[in-house]
Amino acid sequence: MNERAVPLSPTDGYVTADGRQIGPVVMEMKHITLRFGGVEAIKDISFDVREGEIRAIIGPNGAGKSSMLNVISGFYHPQEGEVWYKGSQRPPMKPYQVARQGIARTFQNIALFEGMTVLDNIMTGRLNHMNASFLDQAFWWGKAQREEVANREKAEEIIDFLEIQNIRKTPVGRLPYGLKKRVELARALVAEPQILLLDEPMAGMNVEEKEDMSRFVLDVNDEFGTTIVLIEHDMGVVMDLSDRVVVMDYGKKIGDGTPDEVRANQEVIDAYLGVAHD
Amino acid sequence: MADATAPRGGLQSVPALLTRNAEQFGSKPAYREKEFGIWQSWTWAETAEEVEAIAGGLLALGLERGDYVAIIGRNRPALYWSMVAAQKCGAIPVPLYQDSVSEEMAYVLEHCGARFVVCGDQEQVDKVIEAQETLHHIEHIVYLDARGLRKYDHTRLHSMKDVQAEGRAAHERFRKELAAREAELDYDSTCVMLYTSGTTGKPKGVVLSNRNIIETSRASSEFDRLDPRDEVLAYLPMAWVGDFIFSIGQAYWTGFCVNCPESAETMMTDLREIGPTYFFAPPRVFENLLTSVMIRMEDAGKLKKRIFDRYMALAKRVGPQLLDGKPVSFGDRLGYAIGNLLVFGPLKNTLGMSRVRVGYTAGEAIGPEIFDFYRALGINLKQLYGQTEASVFITQQPDHEVRPDTVGVPSPGVELKIAENGEVYYRSAGVFVEYYKNAESTASTKDPEGWVATGDAGFIEPDTGHLRIIDRAKDVGKMADGSLFAPKYVENKLKFFPNILEAVVFGNGRDYCTAFINIDLTAVGNWAERNNISYSSYQELAGHPRVLDTIQSHVEEVNRSVAGDEMLSGCQVRRFLVLHKELDADDGELTRTRKVRRRIIEEKFADLIDALYSGKSSQYTETEVTYEDGRKGKISATLEIRDAAAVDAGAPAKVAAE
Repeated sequence: MNERAVPLSPTDGYVTADGRQIGPVVMEMKHITLRFGGVEAIKDISFDVREGEIRAIIGPNGAGKSSMLNVISGFYHPQEGEVWYKGSQRPPMKPYQVARQGIARTFQNIALFEGMTVLDNIMTGRLNHMNASFLDQAFWWGKAQREEVANREKAEEIIDFLEIQNIRKTPVGRLPYGLKKRVELARALVAEPQILLLDEPMAGMNVEEKEDMSRFVLDVNDEFGTTIVLIEHDMGVVMDLSDRVVVMDYGKKIGDGTPDEVRANQEVIDAYLGVAHD
Repeated sequence: MADATAPRGGLQSVPALLTRNAEQFGSKPAYREKEFGIWQSWTWAETAEEVEAIAGGLLALGLERGDYVAIIGRNRPALYWSMVAAQKCGAIPVPLYQDSVSEEMAYVLEHCGARFVVCGDQEQVDKVIEAQETLHHIEHIVYLDARGLRKYDHTRLHSMKDVQAEGRAAHERFRKELAAREAELDYDSTCVMLYTSGTTGKPKGVVLSNRNIIETSRASSEFDRLDPRDEVLAYLPMAWVGDFIFSIGQAYWTGFCVNCPESAETMMTDLREIGPTYFFAPPRVFENLLTSVMIRMEDAGKLKKRIFDRYMALAKRVGPQLLDGKPVSFGDRLGYAIGNLLVFGPLKNTLGMSRVRVGYTAGEAIGPEIFDFYRALGINLKQLYGQTEASVFITQQPDHEVRPDTVGVPSPGVELKIAENGEVYYRSAGVFVEYYKNAESTASTKDPEGWVATGDAGFIEPDTGHLRIIDRAKDVGKMADGSLFAPKYVENKLKFFPNILEAVVFGNGRDYCTAFINIDLTAVGNWAERNNISYSSYQELAGHPRVLDTIQSHVEEVNRSVAGDEMLSGCQVRRFLVLHKELDADDGELTRTRKVRRRIIEEKFADLIDALYSGKSSQYTETEVTYEDGRKGKISATLEIRDAAAVDAGAPAKVAAE
């Protein structure tokens, strides 16, 4: 199962079939176990994420995928195991601290400010890039002014990138579902993350919206070189998009590798076709 | 003729106009584009510098005199500059439709033999690269938006930024060469080549000279007294001759500002922000705008709705008169002023038309009530009639002489004549040079004296001198008694009713006219819902007696209006039926652009046509239909045939219409 085009050494990079440059390992999860009371949501899972790759986590409902993402983003703290990021072990962190390290995310059930406009929502994603003092902010003076101009410019760049210029001033509450998802992606992107965590970015979308979103995920990876970790149910999408896939079932890792390897993995097939577990 | 169209003040080319503008209006905005949420603007002086940089860059890449430079993308200043830069280098710009598929694009690229292509973004670059598999003469592709193109092979692909940087760096090296090439341009050198959209056969490359473009721009700018303070919104395809005339010809002649929207989706917002003073839109755009206004008014509160209805009624009565400068009573003027404060002003502002001084619509017939709605609001909407081959203008409506049913008087410098068969011919300084590499078509369209056939039949109103277009010349026929038969003219009148989606009128060589009608399921379905009429299928609704009553009243109204035209009064529809199925492109009854295919319908529904002319009151029919998945099936129905009252040609029809 370890035979793949991906090098075994964590410090080596490689070039994919379509010519994308993938770097060394940037984040590594080592023997993560997460319990809620007596329930083991994640059982001793290890995997790594390489710089610049699109890494998918898949698995049936309740497999522990979102919990895994929440561990990475600091919402949950695993009872056992270590998270290594950029070569050093990460101490337990609050989500905002994780965000400052350059990890941004979107949520499975859209978490936007419904009453605010698309632009304002996206601007909130620049929070980590605002350092002006309260007084400056209050009078919109000096640093506050410069910062806002710079932040707005970045926000507009992302708006242009995701092609949502026409809804810039629309309150998010009035938007259809597919667009809200795109706005959420915009808010995550505007933080200029090194790692982007996407929790089911295509859930509940129609085919066309899925295609659009897939295109954007690839473009983000391509244009900004962002490492992407995504959870997705739609197998077709996952297999097309990702470089490597982790498969989870009942909190355990049952497969890890390139889409082709995973597709050929008997355990994975069983999990998806619903063979009785003993 | 040569004397009247001699160049003025040495302004023999678009680059020469640019130089003049940079001197005369140097600090005045020439282009604006909304990008990153902000309107960026370039003055005429800056524009001249940008164009110079592109031209230098293109020279550095090896652009030769007489080369063709294809330009593909949405309306953006840099693409307009590329066109002028190409002209500066002695090359010929060829703007292409950005939504055409790769094969169409390949055909045009091959036909013009372009060595250089300027693309807006990755989508266009991809299409050109695909076309390159079969074409080998494309040497360089320049793109504006780098997104997604980073990893492409850049040996023959260049970003516009790099091209301009190269042009600026090599400024000294190319200055002389550029000046020399620009000096070579005269009134007879080619200004632009535009491909006709090609609804019939392959697209043809219409070659337009500097004389064509500049003379037309000059005459039409003077006609509407355009001045450097005017603003236009450039949102229609760059490959269309109208956009070239408005955004390059007239803009460079008068020095007004061209505004490019952020994207196609933001067009309405951008329109509101810019508030153009000179505006062009096809009838469809005006129609959609009106529908959206009406839908929102339906949802408005009672008070607002009442104010709206009251003042709109007044506006319809006096608005057009006020625009035309006709006398209106003091009371009505006062009422209109109040209405302007409460309704028309805010509404125009919402539509982005507060400042429109001159508005045009053309391309197809516009519904009179749509046309009147905008005129009533005080928007000076007019009609024009034009063609690529004429550099747009053939006829246009002067201020104060605007009516929904004519296309206006001949534009300045245009001569008109009507042939035996009713076909309209014109001759002007704007008449195209030739179809590129197609002498045969050139000869069959333009005679040695310079008269060009429009392919449309029409007549000139004796009292007013206005031209009225009735139909495509090839569709116009004669009825049994020798009177003129113009089906499209009647069909258009019928289609102006929201309940009627499609109409096909028959009568060539017959004693009287008959019609097939297709109901509009949305409009009629809506009406049925409001009136508690239940129906289970399209067929059932189409055959409902009350629907037939409504359609009959529409047909009779059209008859009264047709009778008002002496020449066409024979085209009144005496008998009609409502078809049991919607005419469909899948069944071959319509073209893909939803134009009726008369011959095929005549064959397919021969039994129904016989019934219409045999005096029966109903007819059973079976029709083969193709489902979306390609399977075929049959539907059968018994259709009721109705008689519609017609007005005698001699009778005072105008009274009946009012």
